[in-house]
Amino acid sequence: MIKIFSARKILTMNPQKPHATHVAIRDGIILGAGSLEELEGWGKYDLDTQFADKVLMPGLVEGHCHLQEGALWSHTYVGFFDRMSPEGDMQAGCKNLDAVLSKLAAAEARLEDPDAPLPAWSLDPIYFDNQRVDRAQLDAISTTRPIGIMHASGHIMNVNSKALELAGLLRHGINHEGVPLGDDGLPTGELKGPDVMSPVSIHVGFDRDMLSCDEQGMWRFGKLCVRAGVTTATDLAARLPDEAVATLRKVTGNTAFPARIVPLRFHHGVSPEDLIKHVEALAPQSTDKLRLGRIKIVVDGSIQGFSARLRAPGYYNGAPNGLWYIAPEHLAYILETSLAKGIQVHCHTNGDEATQLVIDTMRKALRKAPSSDHRFTLQHCQLADTAQFRQIKELGLCVNLFANHHHYWGDQHYDLTVGPERAERMNAAGTAARQGVPFAIHSDAPITPLGPLFTGWCAMNRKTASGRTLGEAEKITLDQALHAITLGAAYTLNLDGEVGSIETGKRADFAVLEDDPEEMGVEGLKDTRVWGTVLGGTPFAAADV
Amino acid sequence: MSDAPLPLTIIGGYLGAGKTTLINQILRHSNGQRLAVLVNDFGALPIDADLIEAQDDDLIALAGGCVCCSYGDDLMLALTRMRTLDPKPDHVLLETSGVALPGKIAGAVSLFGTGIHVLGVVVLADADGLPAQLQDSYLADTIIRQLGSADLVSLTKTDLATPERINSSRFNIGRHAHDAALVENSNDILHHVLSAETSRHSTTAFDAGPHHIELTSRTVTPPGPVDAHALAQSLADTDAVVRAKGHLLNAPDGTLVTLQLVGKRFTLTPADPALKPGIVIIEKRTGNASTAA
Ligand SMILES: [Zn+2]
Repeated sequence: MIKIFSARKILTMNPQKPHATHVAIRDGIILGAGSLEELEGWGKYDLDTQFADKVLMPGLVEGHCHLQEGALWSHTYVGFFDRMSPEGDMQAGCKNLDAVLSKLAAAEARLEDPDAPLPAWSLDPIYFDNQRVDRAQLDAISTTRPIGIMHASGHIMNVNSKALELAGLLRHGINHEGVPLGDDGLPTGELKGPDVMSPVSIHVGFDRDMLSCDEQGMWRFGKLCVRAGVTTATDLAARLPDEAVATLRKVTGNTAFPARIVPLRFHHGVSPEDLIKHVEALAPQSTDKLRLGRIKIVVDGSIQGFSARLRAPGYYNGAPNGLWYIAPEHLAYILETSLAKGIQVHCHTNGDEATQLVIDTMRKALRKAPSSDHRFTLQHCQLADTAQFRQIKELGLCVNLFANHHHYWGDQHYDLTVGPERAERMNAAGTAARQGVPFAIHSDAPITPLGPLFTGWCAMNRKTASGRTLGEAEKITLDQALHAITLGAAYTLNLDGEVGSIETGKRADFAVLEDDPEEMGVEGLKDTRVWGTVLGGTPFAAADV
Repeated sequence: MSDAPLPLTIIGGYLGAGKTTLINQILRHSNGQRLAVLVNDFGALPIDADLIEAQDDDLIALAGGCVCCSYGDDLMLALTRMRTLDPKPDHVLLETSGVALPGKIAGAVSLFGTGIHVLGVVVLADADGLPAQLQDSYLADTIIRQLGSADLVSLTKTDLATPERINSSRFNIGRHAHDAALVENSNDILHHVLSAETSRHSTTAFDAGPHHIELTSRTVTPPGPVDAHALAQSLADTDAVVRAKGHLLNAPDGTLVTLQLVGKRFTLTPADPALKPGIVIIEKRTGNASTAA
């Protein structure tokens, strides 16, 4: 059965026919976009006018996010910014520490089980003059149940005394740089770094595998996708044990689930040989809504955690260089083997030394296993300079830049981590575009909210949270931004033949918008209202999910 | 189950330094100790099938009471599991990944609390590869930080390296791990580790300065047959001796026997008569280091 949707405007992202008013679909596939007259020749059809006053775009593609965002919404959100919950409840940001504490107290009052933990997330003290939370403040909320607040960066957690006690950390004599001590010689409750957080996080109600997502979380994640206009989203660092794959297949296999999920197998905790074997075994389990068989390598840490690997001149505040999360030999093995076997690899590189290691390793790997269309992608690639982008181009690599990060933490990078010059060139989408490097931009949800239209606004305006324009030369245009969140991201996943534009033969995945991004323009793109999505021809209204 | 802290030794070093070889040796020659070996992954660990008593995704139980456990992403979970193993292991050996900083791992383990006691950090260095690793701008600082956290450095693969490389490696270890003891034979390090007396690693700080352990090694060749049992017993009774091995002509008939001594434990077994008599004794340098031999 053929259905033709009419729309106020269709932005196809297909340069051969950039605008249309109608799109015809059959069996979840686009027959064509154009005028009604141009499409009628396909045969008998139903005309669906529900989008007659809406604007359609290709379903947006988020090339770097984590399903974990869905799981976190079962915890209390205490972020600084207003954030839409999966259920559509716009949660007001906590503008000061008192607001955080009173929101926690209210959440505590709703818990019936006296021993139940109280996990909260997305605290960001940099927005209230770096005022630290201490144990006593959380003890005032409860001394009997463990409380833990994950910071927005994901690198710090604050907990109460009960949580420390359960983890065996409420004691004297702790001597660890990640555990600041108070005047009483006991930990203040601030825990810095994954080593220190992991023994406590399970006691405060976070999943042991922070990146995992249960069934309920996946459904919540799906709702967030509908609200953001996203129809294809990655789960960028998944361990993918059999049970998780079974859950992914079950949930995505449900026709009511509104997104295509692309989970990448995380390299850590498994030998390089077993990683390749696992991914080869995963690939055939793919479906049209679950795309398995890709690898994610984490090469270094994070810039604000001072664990990213930087080239000279290093960190602005003199912090020692960061850490490798993979041995160069293992990186080389995985890249070479994957090139030879046609497995796609994405590499997380935050620091420019990490980026350079991947460039150097890739150059050698390509000599051994020549490949003309591998689309290996550097994820984040926040500090790459122009010379590196030139090499990235030569080697056929793609980049996915962390535009949202620049908005939320650009000021911190300017003042503290890398200093003004490198902060200005961070997430250099303008350079990527000038050098012809295929690029996408991302949210890394849950680190920042899922919302490609907002991410596009960040990349076009490069405004930090304090309102500073950071890196005029790296701004991109509206066309480039819209491309980056559709075809650009689809290209990095090797799915651009399938999704990312509205044209004949591709999947009928649309973002349905109340406003026209071309009218909203550079300044207004972030305010574009999203009605919902269409996935494989089926509409999903944000109001109904 | 007793509440005595579990002794734990960290074994670090870059890829190719011989950590897996060492782990395999340890598992093959546990000398009756119930060892728990934590590895990042099972990848390079060829464990003979006949040694395996039971296995699940991340734990292999071996004949003789040793276990090998992969910790993957979750060291704390693996350590918790070690604490609840019944019977409790005598000693936990934690093999770090090639790029991990053992000092940081020691810090993280210290957070586990009083249940686990970090005895020391052993860093393996590849005599053949170390000079090049220190020239590699991607790796040098990681290797230096690894060496800097060592209580004991084992220079491995000395049989494969040129004298120039061995010298260069020795020089660099002296420079970057100047307070650590150095041994140049992985068999010896194995036994230092098993002695559970590697060092008195009392710090819990990241990258904290290393702590002295002074070990000396000497070779003794009795001029004629000796009472091997009495000699072994006297070595075992001497606190400073952590390890002895070699061959002795046993009185009264002069048959050759092999002595294996670790800490307070020793075995004497018949040896191939073609072997040369002589024993190596490794002892801690204490106020009174004299031994019975
Ligand atoms: Zn991420």
